[in-house]
Order: sequence, then structure tokens, then C-alpha cells
Amino acid sequence: MKTLMLTARRWRHSDLAWSLGRSPEAWISALVLLAYLGMAVLAPLLAPQNPFDLAALDLMDARMPPAWVDGGQLKYLFGTDGQGRDMVSVMLYGLRMSLLVGVASTLLSLVVGVTLGLVAGYVGGRIDNVIMRAADVQLSFPAILVALLIDGLSRTVLPRAVHEQLSLLIVIVAIALANWVQYARTVRGVTMIEKDKDYVNAVRLIGMGRARILFRHVLPNILSPVLVIATLSIGLAVLTEATLSFLGLGVPATSPSLGTLIRLGNEVLFSGEWWITVLPGLLLVGLVLSVNLFGDWLRDALNPRLK
Amino acid sequence: MSSPYLSVKNLSREFKAQGRTVRAVDNVSFEIPAGTTFSLVGESGCGKTTLARVIAGLDKPSAGSLNFAAPTGGRVQRTQMIFQDPYASLNPRWRVGDAIAEPITFQNLRPRTEVKQRVEDLLVRVGLAAADTAKFPHEFSGGQRQRVSIARALAGEPSFLVCDEPTSALDVSVQAQILNLLKRLEKEEGLTSLFISHNLAVVRFVSSMIGVMYLGRLVEVAPTAELFAAPRHPYTQLLLEAIPRIGQGRRAVAVPAGELPSPLAPPPGCTFHPRCPAVMDICRREAPALKPVAHGASVACHAVEAASQPIRFMPKAAALGAALSSNLTSGVPA
Amino acid sequence: MTTLNASPAPAPLLSVRGLRVQIPTRHGPLLALDDVSFDIARGEILGFVGESGAGKSLTGMAVLGLLDAPAHIAAGEIIFDGKPVHALPASQMRKLRGRRIAAIFQDPLLSLNPLLTVGDQLTETMCTHLPLTSEEARERAIDWLRQVGIPSPAERVDAYPHQFSGGMRQRIVIALALCAEPDLVIADEPTTALDVSVQAQVLELLRTQCRERGTAVLLVTHDMGVISENADRVAVMYAGHIAETGPVDQIVNRPRHPYTRGLMGSIPPVDSDAQWLQQIDGAMPRLASRPTGCAFHPRCAHASAQCVSTQPAPHQEADALVACWHPQQHAPMAEAL
Repeated sequence: MKTLMLTARRWRHSDLAWSLGRSPEAWISALVLLAYLGMAVLAPLLAPQNPFDLAALDLMDARMPPAWVDGGQLKYLFGTDGQGRDMVSVMLYGLRMSLLVGVASTLLSLVVGVTLGLVAGYVGGRIDNVIMRAADVQLSFPAILVALLIDGLSRTVLPRAVHEQLSLLIVIVAIALANWVQYARTVRGVTMIEKDKDYVNAVRLIGMGRARILFRHVLPNILSPVLVIATLSIGLAVLTEATLSFLGLGVPATSPSLGTLIRLGNEVLFSGEWWITVLPGLLLVGLVLSVNLFGDWLRDALNPRLK
Repeated sequence: MSSPYLSVKNLSREFKAQGRTVRAVDNVSFEIPAGTTFSLVGESGCGKTTLARVIAGLDKPSAGSLNFAAPTGGRVQRTQMIFQDPYASLNPRWRVGDAIAEPITFQNLRPRTEVKQRVEDLLVRVGLAAADTAKFPHEFSGGQRQRVSIARALAGEPSFLVCDEPTSALDVSVQAQILNLLKRLEKEEGLTSLFISHNLAVVRFVSSMIGVMYLGRLVEVAPTAELFAAPRHPYTQLLLEAIPRIGQGRRAVAVPAGELPSPLAPPPGCTFHPRCPAVMDICRREAPALKPVAHGASVACHAVEAASQPIRFMPKAAALGAALSSNLTSGVPA
Repeated sequence: MTTLNASPAPAPLLSVRGLRVQIPTRHGPLLALDDVSFDIARGEILGFVGESGAGKSLTGMAVLGLLDAPAHIAAGEIIFDGKPVHALPASQMRKLRGRRIAAIFQDPLLSLNPLLTVGDQLTETMCTHLPLTSEEARERAIDWLRQVGIPSPAERVDAYPHQFSGGMRQRIVIALALCAEPDLVIADEPTTALDVSVQAQVLELLRTQCRERGTAVLLVTHDMGVISENADRVAVMYAGHIAETGPVDQIVNRPRHPYTRGLMGSIPPVDSDAQWLQQIDGAMPRLASRPTGCAFHPRCAHASAQCVSTQPAPHQEADALVACWHPQQHAPMAEAL
């Protein structure tokens, strides 16, 4: 508790808070992100209807337009989709899924990338070479393609039932593996600089081993740039997931993400039922935009040279 | 010399750079008596920092040996180091209290319940406040950071202290504080120290013995008083002549032109010969060995070896001690 | 206006009066230089000595018109050869720099263009400011290289900066600064990055060249030894103020201001032994936390109530100025114990 209060006080007086207040894009996007986060976390409470409860669905209500258009009902504020599910509810749950995949894959790629970067930077030599060449090879493939490859490969290799069960995990891993390189490279660069600094030498003198030095002393110094990359990457991860789902790969159909919804709506777009694609699409754009704006501000605010 | 604390024999350290081998430290030998401060002095590229790192254990020698004697009073031989850059020698993300506590806890030097008190005592001892344990390095000035580094070094309960240009990055008035502090603490703790600097005045203040280095080699070793009273090697005389003096007004400085050669392509034989006013044929062919002369001094110079008395190489003697001026013969060849 | 010369003398080449430099920050404006006043006579070498953060480099930059925004001159005047230059538009300041006021910085790599030969840089500077043909300029460039001690100047004139050693580069920078025949050279820590054996040579070069041509020098450094051997007069800076000014012999051997006295005592002597060094406790205050009254009072053994409340105005004694309520006596500095 005391740490929390101390941190809160330090935050209020910190340069970061001041910078946040000064920049409208920053605090507006921060608020919007908080709102998104709230919506995703509280989806079960906020959603007027549970879209996965098949008993509650009424096929008669399918393909109803949003409430402000002719033929809409207030009960279904944004209309319904092809199976009679309320759009508001399905978008909330879809947002939840998109964010879940986005955040989880970012975390995973962070852990993988940071570890590899630390090792490559500190140990150097052949290990550094191997890791960096792997990174180079991976960078020559677009992230989407990598994710597609992994996803597609797993579909071919695994029996259908197993794949169904694991598909969420596979999507997360696929996107994570597509994005680890940026962490590794940045962390490697910072590590190479920090490891020659005298405070590392001071600890070597008392006989501390390399691994321990890496995690106790070097790691805290790489967190700032990593935080910036991570924030900016969440947007990319969410988009990658949306693309995969749009292509029919990605998350299982039973728990659709915003990307899945866009795909489903796309099939009926030309028969005039625009709300099934457009509304989830707008929600997705809003999410990625706020994440990017916030990440941009964070990068500039944390940049020591601009201070 | 009875039981030296540190004995360095034929130590060399080579690096590969641009396809060539650079001998940053070239066949260096010297001894440090227990409880004294030995200084290594020289200009850039002379190898003193590399040598310090090898002696501290941060780097391995390419050849030669290092021998530490067992410290008196049943202590364990431990080396600690004070570094040059106050801004890089403390982890910016760690509170200074934690940084000072780390050598204590990692080496199990005190029971856990006593660590906090020990850290506060150390901070007070180096002239800071006990409440400073919670601060981060950026909240301190350069001089204060060096004090924190000293506290951290003492926390490791060393018997041997290596100081690598600890005051070169500090202002003159702060330097005086830190030098006074180091001198006092070394005396109180009975430490044996190795002090690295490019500043002969600082070195005169802190040490009892001085080694002058040039391009990786030791050219002269002498007790402090002797080195300043009767500098024997031409390079030592050059250094002393070149240092600006305070309060003596304008001086016509007679320093031979020329600069340090690149360590990648050292001159053959004696590396100093291109700049030496007393260069002889043998100097171009053969590197001189460090040989003892009078009063505890050793010199690596063919001209000094050949002469029977100390020679004044630099024409001007304004800065050199009276003892030297009186019984000198001019060493500059006619 | 206080003059710093005892007898009526020709008007000084550079006259700075009440210079105040401010840096706006989000906490309010910081005073980096406060009420700085000094003169440099023609052909004189004025040493500006102080520790880091005292404002000596900033003063040099202000005179050159090279203050980094948002730092700006908030008050005071800079008069060069009788004309005020502190408010000149950038284009006119540029003409002044290089032709009449030149600069030498600590790092020769900042002054030398790595992509041009040294000959080209010299000839370009000369042709810009002097009525010379390019052949004449090249002749002069070779001659300059010879004068600053570059061996084989006729061949080296076509070499690039990176092909010279550090000391050689600084000599070329001196040539570059002097080739347009300026009246004043601002030398900001010109030898700090050089080894001591090279430092002696370069300083001697600077001194003799400037003496020969009657060029005045503002020599900024933290090294008292350099000042003692090269300057005619000295100004000691502390926390954005000038603590005292006077002939070099007086400042070095009989300083009046307690800070200067403490500073001199802190320097370890080369030619004698000292058990302990005289130390001034504490450190120079940062700009954001300047004490009231005299900036040095928290560290001063002679501080009184007046020192805490009021900034001391510089008062003149013979040909020296001291800004202190309790200047110390003329007794020579006690030897360190």
C-alpha cells in the first residue's frame, strides 16, 4: 500500500505526468484506452445479451439494422448479425477477444525478444551471431506471413479436434513469434552499451555471475525502450489478429474477435447490411489509433535526449 | 623489499586491432609494499587503465603473473575499485542504499539484520547522510556520486583498492575533498592501493611510490620524494617540465616537439626514442630494461645506464628540484 | 562605468557590462549569468577561470552570439570595438564571427569539417573574409601550417583532418581561427582534451601567435596552471557571477575572494609535499537552487548576515575588482600544511 502511495505521489510530480497533461493527444488517447480496457474487462457485465447463449437467440431478429435506421429497435442498439446476436454484445465480446490476443501475444513476444536480446548483447560472439541471423531471416518475411505460416502449418499438422482446442493459443504464439525481433534488437543494443559500464564492472568484482548481473542490473535499464515498443506493438498485434481472423484463420468461430465479425459482415456487405462490418471495423480502428497515439507520446516522453 | 603485498611480474596484455597486435601493457613488473599507495602515471594510451583492470581481475593478462600476499590480521584478500566516470559507475535504476548493500549481502559479510545499519554508517563515513540510502544516483552531484562509489567499495571490505582516475572528471575543489577522503580512509583501513592518474600533482599527494608508463612500458619507478627530487628518465623530465606551474608567471617551456606515437605502430627499440633529446644508436634497436639505480629508483633507459651520474635532459631546469640542478651534467649531445 | 585599468588607457576592444543570460524552464527562468562585467584590451589575454557550471563557456558563447536557444541575453550589453553587438541580427553576427572574432573549442573535430582538406578550409575562410585570390590564399594556408608547426606543410595542406593527430588538429584549428586576422579569439578549453606534453606546446603556440599579431584572447579554462602561465589578467567565475578580476600575479598569489583562495588551496602542488589539501566543503550550487545574497555564502568561513541577504556588488581596488563583502587581506597564500 505504502509503495502504491509513494508511486502515486512520485507520478503526480513527475515529468511524465506533466508531459501527459500538456499533450491533448496523449491524455485523450489514454482516456480512450482506459475506456476500451474497461469495456473489454467488463464485457460480461455490460453486454445486454450473452451472444453465446444459443437459447437466448431469436433467429427472427437476425439482420436487424441499428436503432437509428428504419426497421431498427432500441433493444438492439447497433442491430443484429446473421444469427440474431445483438451487435453491442457481440462487439464487446469481440473487443475482449481482440485485446486478449493482442496483449497476450505482445507479452509473449516481449519475453522471448527481451531474453534473446539480453543474451545476444551480453554474451556476444557466436551466440550473438546466431540470434541476430535468425532475426534477420525473420525480418525478411512480413509479420502477417509468418503468422499465416505458423497458423497454417499447425492446421495441417494437428488433427482437427486438437487444433480447435488449441487455436487460440496457436494464434497468440504465431503473432508473438512474428514480432519478437524488434525487442531483441533494441535490447541487444542497450545491453551492449550497459555491460561495459563501470557499475557492471563493480558487480563483477564481487564475483557475481553473468546471468545474475544481466537480470538484476542490466534488465532494469532496458525497460523504458521496451515499454515503448510494447505499447506500439499492441496495435500491430491486434491488427494482425484481425487480419488472420478476416482470412478465416485465427481465433475459433465460437469466440469471434472483431476481425471475425468484420469477415462475417463482409459476406453480406453488398446486400446492404453494412453495420455488421462497419461498426466492429470502427471500433477496431479506434483501438489501434489510440494505442498508437499513446505509444507515440510515451516514446517522446521517455526519450532522454528530447528532455 | 620485505614481503610486498602485490607482486607483478612480466605482465603483458595484448589486443588484436585492425589486423595487428597491440601490446597495451608490455612486460611490466613492479611490487607494492603492504599498506602503501602505488601510483601509475602516464598520458593517454600508456596502458595504465588496462593494467589496472588486469590487476583488479576484470581482465586476463596475456602473459606474466600477479601475486597477492595474504593480508595481515587474518583478513581475506579482496579487491575493490573506484572508477573514473561518476555517471557510469552507479546503476541509474538502483537506489544507492541497495548498491552499497549489495557487496555486503552477496559476499555474506554481515548478518542480514546488520546490513541496513552498516550501509548508513558507511554513508556517514564518506561524508553523506544516512537518509541518502533511498536516493537515486541522479539526485547526487558528481563528487557525491564518487563518495557513494567509495562507500560501496568499502562495503566490500577490501584489503586492496584500485582507484582508476577517481577525480579526473571532478572539479578542482571537489577533487580536493575526494582526495582527502581517500587518503584518510586508506590510512584508517590499512589498505594497500593502486592509484591511476595522468596528473603528477595528484599522484604526488596520494602515493608513496610512483611508476611512470609510456606506451605500455614502465620507464621509471621510484619513491615519490625521489621521483620529484631527481627524475631520471627523459620522459619523466618531459612530463614534469610540461606541467603548468601556478604562481611562477610566464615560463619558457622547452618541451621537445612531437606527440605520442600510435599504439598500433610503436617505434622499434625504445618507444620513446623519436622524441628523446639523448637518443643513441642502441635506442633505435633495443628496448632498455628496467634497472635499479640509486635511492630505490629504477629506470629503463640506455642513456641513464651509460652515465655515472643523473642527467638533465631537458634544457630548462626551472621546475626541477635543487638537488638535480646542482650535480647535473648536460645530457644533450653536442 | 567602472574601468578596470589604473591609468587612462585606450578604449577596450571588448566591453561587457551587466550581462544577464536567462534560460526559461517550466519552473520559471533560470539565471545562468548574472551581472557579468569585464573588459578585454587590445592584444590582451584575459583568462576566465571557474569550475563546471560557473558560466565561463556560456559567457564566451554569448560574446560570439552562439547561445543555444532557449538561453538568451536578458539584459546588459556587449560592446565590441565601440559598437554594441549583443542585439545584432544573426546575419551581421555571422560576418563578425570569423572575421573579427574567432573561436577555438575544446574538440577540434567540432571546428574542422571532416570532408574538406585542411588547405581548403583555410583558403575558404581567408577568401571569405580577406581580399585574396585563391592562389594567394593557398600560399598563405601553407605558410600558416608552417607557422603552427605542422611538418611538411606543402604536402600536408591537402590532407584531411582525420589524418592528423589530436595535437596537430588543434594547431590547425588555431591556424583556422587566426587566418582571417581577427581582433579577438575566444578559446574555450583549447587544451583540456590534450595530453599534458602536447598541451604545453599548443598553449605556447597560441600565446606567441597572438602576441605577434596583437590578437586579444578570452581564454576559458578550469585549469589554474594554464591561466597562471598564459594570461595577463584573470576573471574568476562562480555560479554565474564574477567573483574577482585582476592581474594574473595578484589573483594567483594574493587572491582576495574567499572562493579564489579556497580554489588555490585545493590544487595539489607539484613542487612540494602536502599532508592534506585545503578543501571547500559542499559544491557549487546548481542554477535552480541558487542561494540568496552571495552565491558562495553557504560554503564561506567568513559569511555574515549581509552575505546571506545581499548580492555583493563588485568594488574596485587598484586594478582589480572583487565582489565580496569581506575580501581577505593581501597576505600571500599560506602553504598547504
